Amino acid sequence: MTTSQSPGPQLSPRTDTRPDTRPDTQPGDLAVQATGLVKTFGGHRAVDGVDLEVRRGEVFGVLGPNGAGKTTTLSMLATLLPIDGGEARILGVDVRREPHRVRQLIGLTGQYASVDERLTATENLRLFGRLLGMSRREARSRAVDLLERFGLQEAADRPLSGFSGGMRRRLDLAASLLSRPPLIFLDEPTTGLDPRTRGQMWDTIRELVASGCTVLLTTQYLDEADQLADRIAVIDHGRKVAEGTPEELKAAVGSSTLQVRLTDPARTQEAAGLVAGATGQAPTVTPEAGALNVPLAQADAAADVLIALRAAGVSIASATVAQPTLDEVFLTLTGAPTGAAATDQHENGEVA
Amino acid sequence: MTTLTTPTDTRPAAAGAAVVVDPATLPARPGLRDTLTQTLALAGRSLITMRRNPEQLVDVAIQPLLFTAMFAYLFGGAIAGGVSSYLPTLIPGILGQTALTACMATGISLRDDMDKGVFDRFRSLPIARIAPLAGPAVADLVRYAIAATLTVLTGLAMGYRPGGGLPGVVGGWLVVVAAGWSLSWIFTWLGTVARSAQSVQGISMMVMFPLTFLSNAFVPVDTLPSWLQHFVTWNPVSLVIAAVRDLLNDGQVTWHVGAALLGCLVVVAIFAPLSVRSYARKV
Ligand SMILES: Nc1ncnc2c1ncn2[C@@H]1O[C@H](COP(=O)(O)OP(=O)(O)OP(=O)(O)O)[C@@H](O)[C@H]1O
Ligand SMILES: [Mg+2]
Repeated sequence: MTTSQSPGPQLSPRTDTRPDTRPDTQPGDLAVQATGLVKTFGGHRAVDGVDLEVRRGEVFGVLGPNGAGKTTTLSMLATLLPIDGGEARILGVDVRREPHRVRQLIGLTGQYASVDERLTATENLRLFGRLLGMSRREARSRAVDLLERFGLQEAADRPLSGFSGGMRRRLDLAASLLSRPPLIFLDEPTTGLDPRTRGQMWDTIRELVASGCTVLLTTQYLDEADQLADRIAVIDHGRKVAEGTPEELKAAVGSSTLQVRLTDPARTQEAAGLVAGATGQAPTVTPEAGALNVPLAQADAAADVLIALRAAGVSIASATVAQPTLDEVFLTLTGAPTGAAATDQHENGEVA
Repeated sequence: MTTLTTPTDTRPAAAGAAVVVDPATLPARPGLRDTLTQTLALAGRSLITMRRNPEQLVDVAIQPLLFTAMFAYLFGGAIAGGVSSYLPTLIPGILGQTALTACMATGISLRDDMDKGVFDRFRSLPIARIAPLAGPAVADLVRYAIAATLTVLTGLAMGYRPGGGLPGVVGGWLVVVAAGWSLSWIFTWLGTVARSAQSVQGISMMVMFPLTFLSNAFVPVDTLPSWLQHFVTWNPVSLVIAAVRDLLNDGQVTWHVGAALLGCLVVVAIFAPLSVRSYARKV
């Protein structure tokens, strides 16, 4: 069911979430092309020369801590904020010159709910449908359809004040999909959601991409960017400090760690020997607690360690793989921890 | 459960193809018809809200009753030698005044509304920039209609017998409602430039008091000092009141009516574009 508009590899829907990494993309193929974006609030440069290139059909993640300029960047691309400097094109359309055209190409789910609190879910979707030029009937049936797809049909006629955070987010996303836009902006789509709802949101995003949408999302979580994005730009203090595939970024960050706790602390030294045999590197141990910290070149190596322990009959109480944190990403990428000056490491930009 | 793959999803997986129409073929700006539909859709939104929060209508329900009775008994004797002989002057005056005060709430609630998340969505939708402003203004016609109707009814109950008869009353009523809508653009503009609902309230008061009291609403203009007469005569509220007096008391469509409607048009022509401009710029 996947037919790309240009001859390319035929991929199954599952793996199709990461299509189009062909290097020979042309300017017309870009869903977003921004160069040197600048936004100044007072004297403060909230976005300070950001370049972004998002290819059609990919999920592009913008990763950064609080105040990095993610929302501001998205707002400029979505015509909510005037662009103070630089240029942006959405599917080839100049954002500054033709905002009305750009608005017809995008769907935006902002960081904060942008639905009407005083209306019901159905009324919200019908209103937005009408605003998008649908007939009354079309707006009604599309609302019913979307509410069903987002599991909101039971709450359809209830006031939003009784909605949970996850329900609001879903309604918000549903509202952004009414017009079936080719490009969707998601500003921190899972912040504040519980793990289950978060997983559902991830599935939804994957399905969107499988059905042909391009998604530009922001997140504060490395693992989210890792799970969803084909490519990631890391921004801090309004500047892009790195860009690449999740693999490239993780390689730059280095190892994650496996933390193992044994049921019998007395066997710690024995276990340490087994681990060293499996990974070729000695773990740090805390013998009193029966704990071992194993640095992993790849997360896959965790399995080797556990199998080695199992084979020797060493029983474990718990095992956790700790991901590199966003702080570690920053430390590695910028040479400074989150929040400290991410000064002029801007040379990495692959965009000339 | 979040499933996006029911058969009703007609979006072909063929990606861009179906979804991305050639951007160059999309309209570069909203058409007039679309603008109208969007305005009405947003007026509908305001009406739903009004229906769910009828307390929003308290001011337009109470004020006409209160002011008509109060001013009639307070000034009637002094200005016209009696309550019933003052009513032909007073009722049109109150009508003009309530049209203005009723539209003051437009700016305040717009400012309030603009801070809500849903306005972010309005900004990101391909709709006319004027629609989110004009929609509530259209819904507020209900407010002016209530205010005007209640004022006339209070007058009738107090013994006012309009010389213009039913046609005159209907004509006057229409002028009041139209004036309320037009003048509301002043407050809409204030709503788009002010930083908070409170400041809109404060500024609106300062706009409203001179406009209502420095008018012909309650006193004959020729009793005023001449420098003030100029302002009072050309105050759009005075124009409206003069027109309503002619319609209500004489049943005549005089030049006052033309002047009032023209005045209203001028107000809209100035403040609607200003509002749209500052709304579009607002962060
Ligand atoms: N309207 C505004 N007026 C003044 N400063 C602003 C405004 N909006 C954002 N800023 C500032 O711009 C910077 C970037 O903000 P932005 O909201 O884009 O960050 P963010 O990456 O989205 O952060 P978060 O993860 O907290 O959402 C911050 O320092 C913020 O204080
Ligand atoms: Mg943000």
